[in-house]
Amino acid sequence: MRIFIQQLIFGIQLGSLYALIALGYTMVYGVLSLINFAHGDVYMVGAYIGFYACTYWLPFQRLSADPHATVMNIILAVVVLLLSMLLCGVLGVVIERFAYRPLRNGLGITDAHFWGFAIALPVAFHFHLFHRLSDGAGRFLFGIMWFLLIGMIVGYALRPVIRWISLRTVLSPSRLNALITAIGVSLLLENGGWLVFGPNPEFIGTMVPEKNFKILGGVIINSSQLAILVISLLLMLILRHIVLYTRTGKAMRAISHDIDAAKMMGINTDQVISVTFAIGGALAGAGGMMVGVLTHVQITPLFGLLPGIKAFVAAVIGGPGNIPGAVLGGIIMGVAEAFVGGSSFSTYRDAIAFTILIIILLVRPAGLLGRNVTEKV
Amino acid sequence: MRILMLRVIAILVTFIGLYMLSQFVTYQMDPYYFQVLIECGVYIILAVSLNLINGITGQFSIGHAGFFAVGAYVGAAWTMIWQPMVVERYSFLQMGTLHGDILNLLIALILGMTSAGMAGFVVGLPSLRLRGDYLAIATLGFAEVIYVLLLNINSVGGARGLNGIPTLISSGNLALFWVFLFVIISIVLSRNIMQSVRGLTWLSVREDEIAADAMGVDTTKVKVTAFVIGSALAGAAGVLYAHFLTGISPDIFSMNTSILITTMVVLGGSGSVTGSVIAAIVLIVLPEVLRFLKNDRMVIYSVLLIVMMLTRPQGIFGTKEIGFPKWRRKQPKTEGRSA
Repeated sequence: MRIFIQQLIFGIQLGSLYALIALGYTMVYGVLSLINFAHGDVYMVGAYIGFYACTYWLPFQRLSADPHATVMNIILAVVVLLLSMLLCGVLGVVIERFAYRPLRNGLGITDAHFWGFAIALPVAFHFHLFHRLSDGAGRFLFGIMWFLLIGMIVGYALRPVIRWISLRTVLSPSRLNALITAIGVSLLLENGGWLVFGPNPEFIGTMVPEKNFKILGGVIINSSQLAILVISLLLMLILRHIVLYTRTGKAMRAISHDIDAAKMMGINTDQVISVTFAIGGALAGAGGMMVGVLTHVQITPLFGLLPGIKAFVAAVIGGPGNIPGAVLGGIIMGVAEAFVGGSSFSTYRDAIAFTILIIILLVRPAGLLGRNVTEKV
Repeated sequence: MRILMLRVIAILVTFIGLYMLSQFVTYQMDPYYFQVLIECGVYIILAVSLNLINGITGQFSIGHAGFFAVGAYVGAAWTMIWQPMVVERYSFLQMGTLHGDILNLLIALILGMTSAGMAGFVVGLPSLRLRGDYLAIATLGFAEVIYVLLLNINSVGGARGLNGIPTLISSGNLALFWVFLFVIISIVLSRNIMQSVRGLTWLSVREDEIAADAMGVDTTKVKVTAFVIGSALAGAAGVLYAHFLTGISPDIFSMNTSILITTMVVLGGSGSVTGSVIAAIVLIVLPEVLRFLKNDRMVIYSVLLIVMMLTRPQGIFGTKEIGFPKWRRKQPKTEGRSA
């Protein structure tokens, strides 16, 4: 029984992380019907931001008996969390602007500038303009300046090319296209991650003091686990507030209901979609940062892949586009994984997600909390 | 009668031509290029067979590496595990001679294709209930379950994989022959399906399933058939690949492979067999060509993928075909989509 509860707590902790990522998937699916494969990689970037902020950017102090340092470190950790959420939100918006919006609306002249930056990125890497972030922020910023300059020049040069292409492109908004584009973005982030962050696995040491609390019956709950639970719950409540009680949230719900009707009602759909990506990215960034800083897993450029897929499965289990569903799915996924991982079938941990997925899809194709939409002819 | 004669002659010419080409190429070609060539062939089979499911029947399947894996592992299991068990009683199964190798390869192919086809049947069944993205996720999940199972089954080596598989397809310098025989089979099969009345029903399921159902098309049968044929061909590709590489491990059949095959179909133009072939060649050769860029190559590869999708969303070929002669019948028009 004690082990059961222990695994349950671990499962809920894992599940709340999956739920945070799944929320991003489900919101994007809700407004765009797009499986944003790159979302797991945003989570990876969040973890790396946590790593660099903890190791190089912020003055974390060595943990010692000094209570002042402990308080400082906790405040800094909150700053890291906010920073990671901010940067990942920006990343989400950039991804949307760079890849999904042209796919939706067709290439426009302004896209030339984004493509300019896309071309400038490999060029900058080729000439080693970016040094490793660990070489110091100054050199990195210098590299960024060069990158921006090259990107702007190439962007202006690209304008006539893009105009020529856009006149000859036939828009055919197919699901498969969107999926492949998302996969392309995901590959870009992963392989870009190899270049920017380096292939070696990174590891964040203990930045925040950890304590074990004994609760009833000898069950141990860790302060990091508690922090993960509380922070994710808080973020989910904030999200709930945004979606239910703000104008933007109302617009989001309108778009997910019917995007064309929402446009006709004067909603700036592109802007609201950007906000959706920003929120999704911020949640994933928070998840990544918490995994890196609080659970001390190894961070590699590919480490977002599997959690991303599992979170996505969680979103599907709950019903894509359904926000409480994503949370429920995430918790189910985490608990199932913790129990399988704790049993003698622990090597089948990664298969359980998909087994649950296939069973649930067969029994309730629209997910646990999703509505079954009957198709009208 | 004349048409039958023509067909017999065409088949004979294909066989002899492939045999001669295979002998010639094996002696003349650098082993590295040869390996790339064989890999191209294997991926053409995979892309064309996925195109049957994805492009022609419109079922959104993105877990093709699962079938590939089933074929490869069952084929390899025959040559590595089951054949040694029965060879003592049936000595004609002995490997080492050309006849024995071909016989064993054929048995492996039959077993691999059958089991992959059965897997396709099992996956095809949910397609009766699931549509669009949901089916895509279920197929991807299936492929991932196969991957984890392979990692955990110790009799086929687990994560280490099966090593030391005899290179059956290379015996008698026939590697190119076998692989491109199946390439031709899959292309001709797709072409014949698309140009036949039966194929029209497949296309109708892609265009509008409800309308097809209302017109009396047995959509269930069409979808399951497409899955079975497509996955059996993927299984054949798996058998050939396993007996070419001599060592297989679950990593070859991970999700990245599924995604790569799907990308080939979409990049070439979903529904276009020519497109699938060209895209398969491009996507296999491109990373090799970009090798001089060292670390940057995968970044450039992914940017090129996004650029392709944005500038030509319908794929390289759209739904057009090259080199499908229309001697007798006009190709079914797929352009005017029903509302």
